[in-house]
Amino acid sequence: MDFKPCVNIQNEWDIVGARQLGREQAKEVGFGTVDQARIATAISELARNIYLYAGTGKICFEIINNLERKGLIIVAVDQGPGIRDISQVMQDGYTTSGGLGAGLPGVRRLMDEFDIVSDIGVGTEIRTSKWIRKGLGGA
Amino acid sequence: MRIPILKLHNYLLISIQTDLDDQTAIQFQEDLLNKIHKSGATGVVIDLTSVDIIDSFIAKVLGDVVTMSDLMGARVVLTGIQPAVAMTLIDLGIHLQDVRTALDLEQGLIKLRQELED
Repeated sequence: MDFKPCVNIQNEWDIVGARQLGREQAKEVGFGTVDQARIATAISELARNIYLYAGTGKICFEIINNLERKGLIIVAVDQGPGIRDISQVMQDGYTTSGGLGAGLPGVRRLMDEFDIVSDIGVGTEIRTSKWIRKGLGGA
Repeated sequence: MRIPILKLHNYLLISIQTDLDDQTAIQFQEDLLNKIHKSGATGVVIDLTSVDIIDSFIAKVLGDVVTMSDLMGARVVLTGIQPAVAMTLIDLGIHLQDVRTALDLEQGLIKLRQELED
């Protein structure tokens, strides 16, 4: 449970690497194919944000698997410029990169929990998790 | 990495068989427009059966490809979007409005033929 693989994000191919590792982790926890796609997509958005706005950073995974619950925690950390107005970046359609502006609000909808901490000039940490629903058997 | 574009009569057929990275997606956009220009194709089918992730960037590129091809006089149909991918796109808030879609390659070709022969 303390096993914590991380992927360094340094170039745009690392985005693919991060989502592939994320999908493997999600499979290992027992998520079904739809949740695997949601998790991999969320990771893709987080990794691209790191690449676009911070340059470098990392994405780490933590598998939670105990009697009470099973799930996957994803932590995206960078030492980039930070986000001045978090409520703005959480709005659908807001973008400074010419994208769709669906990234972070999308991640929040794809995952179950979402937490963002950002300090100007220090960096940003986004922690998001998804849990397997009881009774669904991870389907 | 380059995505092959096949020509069949007036149509271009593309089957994306690889996990799309950003560079490949952008390269594909350029290659397809050039191929439309050179071949005079009137219809394009992009089959996404083997694609298991479409994030907001890839969705934007695909949406742009459809609009750009349209500007050049070629209709695009996206086919084979997996159920998990469709669900994820909606969660992301991406609706791909005004994009023609069909269940599979065969349906896509039927749709193109109907639209272009009307």
